[in-house]
Parts: sequence; structure tokens; C-alpha cells
Amino acid sequence: MSLMTTDYDTIAAISTPPGVGGIAIVRVSGSTAIALVEKVFSGPDLTKVATHTINYGHLIDAGAHRETVDEVMVTVMRAPQTYTKEDIVEINCHGGIEVTNQVLQLVLRQGARLAEPGEFTKRAFLNGRIDLSQSEAVMDLIDAKTATAQKAALNQLDGSLSRVVKRLRRELVDLLANVEVNIDYPEYDGAETVTTKLMQTKTNKIMQELDELLQTEQQGKILRDGLETAIVGRPNVGKSSLLNCLLHENKAIVTDVPGTTRDVLDEYVNVRGVPLHLIDTAGIRKTDNQVEKIGVDRSKAALKKADLVLLVLNASEKLTAGDRELLAATQDSKRIILLNKTDLPELIELDQLDVPKATLIKTSAVAENGTRALEAALAKLFFEEGVTSTQLDVMVTNARQASLLEQARSALQTVLEGLKQGLPVDIVQIDLQRAWEFLGEITGDNYDDELMDQLFKKFCIGK
Amino acid sequence: MEKLKETTVQHPYDAGHYDVIVVGAGHAGCEAALAAARMGQRTLLLTISLEMVAFMPCNPSLGGPAKGTVVREIDALGGEMGKIIDQTYIQMRLLNTGKGPAVQALRAQADKHAYHAAMKHVIEQQEGLVLRQAIVDDLLVTSDQIDGVVTNTGAAYYAPAVVLATGTSARGQIYIGELRYSSGPNNSVPSIRLSENLAAKGFPLERFKTGTPPRVNGKTIDYTELEEQPGDAQPHHFSFTTAYDDYLSVADQVSCWLTYTNPQTHQLIRDHLDRSPLFNGVLDGIGPRYCPSLEDKVVRFADKDRHQVFLEPEGRENEEWYVDGMSTSMPEEIQQEMLHSVKGLEHAELMRPGYAIEYDIIPPDQMKPNMESKRIAGLFTAGQTNGTSGYEEAAGQGLLAGINAARKNQQLEPVVLKRSDGYIGVLIDDLVTKGTNEPYRLLTSRAEYRLLLRNDNADLRLTPLGYELGLISEARYLRFKKKQAAIASELQRLQTIRVKPGAAVNDFVTQHGDKPLQDGIVAAQFLRRPYVDYDQLLKFIPARETPLAPEEVEQVTVQTKYAGYIQKEEEKVAKLRRMEQKKIPASIDYDEIAGIATEGREKLKQIQPATLAQAARISGVNPSDLSILSVYIQQGRVAKTK
Repeated sequence: MSLMTTDYDTIAAISTPPGVGGIAIVRVSGSTAIALVEKVFSGPDLTKVATHTINYGHLIDAGAHRETVDEVMVTVMRAPQTYTKEDIVEINCHGGIEVTNQVLQLVLRQGARLAEPGEFTKRAFLNGRIDLSQSEAVMDLIDAKTATAQKAALNQLDGSLSRVVKRLRRELVDLLANVEVNIDYPEYDGAETVTTKLMQTKTNKIMQELDELLQTEQQGKILRDGLETAIVGRPNVGKSSLLNCLLHENKAIVTDVPGTTRDVLDEYVNVRGVPLHLIDTAGIRKTDNQVEKIGVDRSKAALKKADLVLLVLNASEKLTAGDRELLAATQDSKRIILLNKTDLPELIELDQLDVPKATLIKTSAVAENGTRALEAALAKLFFEEGVTSTQLDVMVTNARQASLLEQARSALQTVLEGLKQGLPVDIVQIDLQRAWEFLGEITGDNYDDELMDQLFKKFCIGK
Repeated sequence: MEKLKETTVQHPYDAGHYDVIVVGAGHAGCEAALAAARMGQRTLLLTISLEMVAFMPCNPSLGGPAKGTVVREIDALGGEMGKIIDQTYIQMRLLNTGKGPAVQALRAQADKHAYHAAMKHVIEQQEGLVLRQAIVDDLLVTSDQIDGVVTNTGAAYYAPAVVLATGTSARGQIYIGELRYSSGPNNSVPSIRLSENLAAKGFPLERFKTGTPPRVNGKTIDYTELEEQPGDAQPHHFSFTTAYDDYLSVADQVSCWLTYTNPQTHQLIRDHLDRSPLFNGVLDGIGPRYCPSLEDKVVRFADKDRHQVFLEPEGRENEEWYVDGMSTSMPEEIQQEMLHSVKGLEHAELMRPGYAIEYDIIPPDQMKPNMESKRIAGLFTAGQTNGTSGYEEAAGQGLLAGINAARKNQQLEPVVLKRSDGYIGVLIDDLVTKGTNEPYRLLTSRAEYRLLLRNDNADLRLTPLGYELGLISEARYLRFKKKQAAIASELQRLQTIRVKPGAAVNDFVTQHGDKPLQDGIVAAQFLRRPYVDYDQLLKFIPARETPLAPEEVEQVTVQTKYAGYIQKEEEKVAKLRRMEQKKIPASIDYDEIAGIATEGREKLKQIQPATLAQAARISGVNPSDLSILSVYIQQGRVAKTK
């Protein structure tokens, strides 16, 4: 097996936001990490220092001029007790973009490869340090666009979803063990006989909890992916002032991709923790004298992709054909209607707007008060009670997990149908067990002898 | 008087050459020897005592959930157990009749003496099979290949394949209270030197323990207030070869009786726990969780104030009764007090005390899937030697070990049953892949395809294989084919004919709360309704030219009613089959694969799984280990994480 390279290659990346703090960290992970940094480090011999130590020295560009690149503190952590379970070196250098980039370039020139987003975490998973649900949480964390989303991801990282899923599995395995003991020890009188009724009750209860979890998935998805948001309206109703207001009122979002760089993405705005991805910002900014027809068509195109529609109307004018067209087109969307220019005499036919009050916001030039009202309307529209931290204790934020929960739920549904048809308990048990297995896939626990252990722990069986 | 001294024979003599030698004539050894001989191998079966051939040293019963299915699987593969129990049972019961077809289980009370005698007689009559009383002391091994065995009388028997099935004889030690002595089961002679020599050859032996309850004289049991458990009236058999109506009437069967322990019994146990070797630290072998001693039950389930006790007859012309549920190693006098505290046993006369027995096992993960040792070519192990418990588990392994010993000599592919083929497949795969840290008992919950591994379809699943192996006669195979054809044609017919609406059928369905039929309905569809059985269906559709036999009706019904579920399980099997096809090259070096966790790596090195599917079943090998392994195998190298 000579053709196999058995090690992962060594990767490196900047793992702090450049230009922000006084110190930046370049992280290097892999079997050659220590040797590789040692080549450009002047100070104690890194290949000989103890693990988990911080070492003072200088980084030297070994090129023609042997320049000192920076004065640095280098942390050496040897496998396996590191985040990736590989050797890790962290170079603490001075935080300017320029210097940090130079340090990274220097490391890359020694043979490291630039890490992809999340690659450190991927290694932690592949090297068996964290379970699947935790590694997904880290990936969500990396992708998380706002603090609220980050919190949901963090919660999951320390296992709150795992905990709920594990509890549900325990309840299922209890029921399963009970069914099994009835089957394998039919004459044993110490176990409750699992009747159709009993199974129905317990299955219903677990299914209800799965439903609740699945409901959080919708919210979780919004927190993670944000809402595709279309700002629509005919020309000159104030779309661009709304946009500017949203963007400039410190709502602009930066994405945080540890390990690489931090980009400012101006089409994301943060409204009370919910990332809104604004569609066609370029189109909105073009405030030239557009013909109404073109403006409306453009708006309709944006509608197609939208989860949320912000429809802007001019309160100081009567409703136009274009307004009515857009009102009709957005009828079935989640929408918030902004009545702009309320400082001018109100001419709009409010009585003709057949919309819930909560989603109707009066504002002038969409100023501060307007965005606050917008936040409230948004919360109402997507989170009923708003995103509270208790709800965040468990939130399904990941498509794989949601799909497994969904499959578990549907297996339980089959259990209930089977019971209704009068099928014997050990037949419907097949789907009960499947539900248990699906849930196990979320946390990566499956099979083993969990069921058997439960059987023997719970019941005094045997001859 | 001069103390008696043991002596040993120094110079072995050549006692003969065979194709297969089987050591031990318990339930594993008997099946192994018969299968090998029937496959044309000159076979020698050695036993410490001819009185112990196919003996049941513990409970006098065969079958029950999973185990009963194993007996039928053994029968379908041409084994003997099913036939013998059909000849020697004194009670037959189908368990779990209120549940689905997947878990119905046949159980027989055996006349244990008749069972032993009948099996011994079959073996004595088998052509090509020699049965001999002997104590095997050592294995003959030349450069990791088995050559034969040597007995304590100096007989050296030679064969290229040896099946070890020594059971609890292997360095057996019996415990009764403070008493401890070297013994095989039921006070038979233990096998000691063989264990010592196996250890010397590098086999890592472990100590397991099990136990048996006291036996009492049935004439001294007071049955008046006990609950009677009679046999079934409706005929059931283990063997395909037994005629349907060749069956004992309920009156001709012998009943079992149910009674209970009580707080007084439990207090006795608590008061004398320090005299139980299980609790005073004397005996530390690993015992089974599913077959606890009464001491265990009282300590572990302190809140229960009674435990069931089944009184089971050990035979027809025999007054010994087995006190099922009171397995114990308490001192003899305490055992008697315990018995006398139980209703119905107030005056019971103790005939044999219960005991705990500790014995050597060879950890079964040292076997390859064909049950051959990874250490010594041609050496097969089966039964309690492999850490299992139960007559049926032993017999199933013995049969496969015998078959594979023969196949190896004939230079044919080994026979490895998949987990979806039968409980025997589940059993052996569990042993080989997971090993066991307690005496292993089959449970239906160990099978992931329980609905496919039914008691009722064991013959359909495995008879073709038995025939191919030459263990099923031509005549029986023809009968089997006929049964198969009848089932298939009726299933086909029920798909094509319809139940037409009419007064009779509509009366029937409305009685069961259903809407009357408007149009015709496909017969199979109609049969799927929970309240319809096959006989009922026949009232509304034309009769078959030749009516189905009861076993055929059973198949048609089960296969129709549970078709959806059966199909789902078959899909699971098909999915797994793809994993089974991903072979792991034998030359693999797990140390070369980066990223596999240490525990997983150690387990993989130890078990050496043959396929990815088997690797996935090893506990300690986690999903990320598997994905790394899978990538390594498929690409011939570890992919970069990219």
C-alpha cells in the first residue's frame, strides 16, 4: 500500500478578524505544523518545546534579506489534545491586515495549504474529537450571520439538541424494551404488558415533542439562512431611503468566517437578530426617472425569490394602478407594508388596504421609529412571541437533523396507523424502532447494546 | 493408607486417522459430528461420558422465542435437534400467540433421558461416525495447522479438522455454598488438561459462570393451589419431517405448574447472602444477566416481593422436577429452607441441589466467520466453548462448525449465514464480530430483520441451502418444493380473483363494523383486513382444486397480511447487502490509516472484519472511523479532506 499518503496535509488560516484587535492569530494544523513554523521562527526550538506552551520570538522571512516579519508569541499544542486532534501551532502576531497577511503568506510558502472555511472543524470531526451534531453546530456557527443565530449554534455545540434527542431516545428505548421483554419472556409477569393503548399514548407523546422540535426548525432556518427580502414599490415611493436607513443605522452585517477573512456584505441587514438578505439592492439604488411600468416589473421579479416582502407605498398619494398590482401580487407573501411620507397630507385610501394592522407601518422617511416598528412587525410575522432565549435552548438549525426528525416523526405516524389497523404490537414495533434509529443518527449513537442493556436493567427476567 | 496418586500416560499411540474429530458430545458436538459424517467425512465424536451425550444438564426444555426458531433452522439445514425433540417431548406450547407472526415461538418440555437416548442412538447408527468415550488432553498442532488430538489414555487421533465443543466441562468448578469442587456439569468428570494446553498455546481463556436450580421429587409437590400450565391442543412440530397429526393429545402431555417465591424466601436469602459464593466474592466469573440466580434477583430487584417459579417435569418415567426460577448456589441446607418456603413445595424432597458452575471459554472473536480459529487452521469451536448459553444456540453453532469443517476438507467455500438468513446467522455474526462479555443468549431483539426470521418460514429460508449441502434428502426436498409451489400459486391466485359483493360477505363485513362492499375487492386485499382469516376468505371465493395444508395456509396468511412490512425489511436487507459487498482486503494494515480513533483501530485489528458491513457492527468503531475506512478502501488511499 505504498501509494497511500496516510496523513492529512497541513493547513493554515487567519483565525481572527483582521484589523480589528491588536493581536491576530494565524492557526496551523497538521502533522508538519510544528516543523513548518520552526523553519521561520527565531526563538526556542519549537520541535523541542513542551506541548501547550507559549514561546516568544520573531518570524523571519528566510528570503534574500532575512527580514524580521514580526515579533510573535507562538503557541505549540501537540496532538492529540488539540481542537483538531492534530498538532496545532498558533502564531499570535500584531493585528494589522498587512502584517497578518504577511505571516500567513510566510507559513503558506513553507508548505501549508490555505484552509477552507470550517476545515479545522471538519478535521476535529474526522479525527473523532466531536460528534456529528456538534460538528454541524460549528459549521452553523461559522455560517451564522447574526448574534442570535450564533447563540442558537453555540447552544447546539454544547449539546442541547443532543440532550433532547437523547432523552426522546431513552423514552423510546424504554418502550421498546418493554415490548421486547413481552416478546422474549412471554411468561414473565414483572413487566407491564404493552397494549395497543399504552403504545398509542406513549407514541403520541413523543410525536408531539418531535413536532415541537420541527417547528423550531423553521425558525432555525431563518436564523441561519436569513430571510430573502424584497423591497418593492413603484419608483419614488422611498425604497432607497428605506434601504439606506436599514444599511446605515448600524444594521449592516459582517459575516464571520473564522480561519479566513471577514467580509462586509452590505446586502445583509440585521433586524432584531434576524438576518435579512436584501434582493436586488442595486436595482433599488437606481433612483433615476424610471417609468412606473419598469419599476413594477422589476419589483415583481424580485418577489419570486422572497421570503419576506417589504412593500413601500406613498401615503401622500392615492393608490395607483401600479400599487394595486403590487398589492395583489404580494397578497400571499409574508409582507410588511410601509406607508412612507406620512409627514405630508395623507391621501392614500387606507380603507382599501385590506391588511392586518400589525403589518402596516406608518413612517416618514423611514426613520428610526420606522425600523423599530419594522422589527416588531417582523417578530410578529415569523416568531409569534419573538425569538426568546428559552426557545433557543433547543433549536433545529440544520437540514440533515430536520430531515431525520421528520423521518422519525413519520415512522411514529406509521406506528399509530398500524395500531389503528389492529396490527400486533411487535409488528408496529418495527417502525417504533426505526424512529429510535433515526434519532440515533442525529447524535451519531446507534445500535450498540443500548436496547439489550435496558432490557436487563429494567426487568428481572429469566429462568 | 498411602494417598492415591494420579498418573499420566507418557507415550501416545496412533489410534486412527479421520477427516473430522469432534471433541464433546453435547448439543453442539452431536450436530457437528452428524453434519460432518452426513457430508461424507469420516468422523470421530469423543465424549467424556457416553451417559452425557446430548444431555440437558439444566432446564428440560427446548425452544421459546428465537431459540425455537433456531431449532427449526437447524432442521431446515438437515440437523437433528428438531427431529429428536418431536419424538421425545412431553409438552408442546406455542408462545406469543396473541402477538404477530414474527415472534410466535414453539417450546417443548423434553423428556431429557429419552432425548439423550434417542440422539445417542441416531449417532450410533450414523454411517461414517464413530462415537467413543475419551478425555481429550491436548491438541496436535503443526505450524499453526491442526493435526489431531491426544486423549488421557494416550490415544492420538489424527484429522485435518477438529471441532472443539467442550462446554462447561472446560476446567469446570461447581459451587454450592462454601463447597467448591472440580467438576463438569451434573457431577461429570471435568476436562482440565485440555484447557491448560489451550492456554499454553496462547488462547486467551476467560471464566464464565452459570447455574442451575435444585430438583425435587414430584411426588412431594402439593399441586392443589398451584396454577397449571397444560400443553397445546393444536398440533405443532419442530421438524418439517414430522407428520402434522403425529401429535400428543393434551391429556397425554404433562403439565407444568406455576408458583411464586415470597418475602420469607427473600429474607432467607438476605440472611445468608454471605454464604453465597456469588456474593461473598469467592466466585467472580461473569454470569448471564438474563438467567440470574434467585440471589441475584432478590438483591437487584429488592422492591419485588415475589418471583415466578415454574415447576417443570424432567421426564415421563421420572419424578425429578426442575424448579425453574430458583437457580442458586446457596448451601444445601439453605436451599432446602428456601424451597420449603414456597407454596406447593412446603414438603418437597430435594433430589439434587442447585449449583453455580464456572468454566473456561475461548473468546469467540478469535473465530473467523466460518467458526475456524484465526490462530490454528482447521480448528473450529462451537457452543458454550464460544461463550454462549443454551442448547439451541450450541446446536446451531455445532451444525455450522461441522458443515464448515467438512467444507474446508473438501476445499469448498465456507458457509456463512447472513444476519438476514436466520437466527443462526445473527448468533454467529454477533460472536465473531462483537465477542461477548457474558454467556450469550439469543433474543429476538438481537435480530434486526425479525419479521423475515420467523418461526414459520425457517424451512422456506434454509431448506434449499440444506439440500445444496447434501444434508436434506431428495424426497424431503421434493415435498418442500411442493409446499413452496402451493404457497406461490395461492398467493398468485389471491391477487387475481376478487371477492364480489353479496349478502353473505356484506353481512360478515358489517358485523365487524366495516362498510358493505360496493364493488369487488381483490382477495388478497380482503385478507389483509384484520378480522379476516384464510378460512373466512374461502367462504367468499372459489375453492382451490387441492386444498392447502395448515402450514401452507399459515404462509399465505402471513405473507399477505404483513406484505408491506415484509417488503420494508427486505429493502433494508438489500441496502445492507451493498455494504456486505464492500470487502475489506485481508492484507489491510489498520496502522497505516490516519484518523481512525485508537479504540476503533484496536477493535478492527482484533476482529479483522471481512466487509464494511461487519466493520460497522463492531462496537467501538464509530461512524467517522467507518467513513475514513470506506474512503481508504474505495480510493485505495486516504483522500485529502478537500
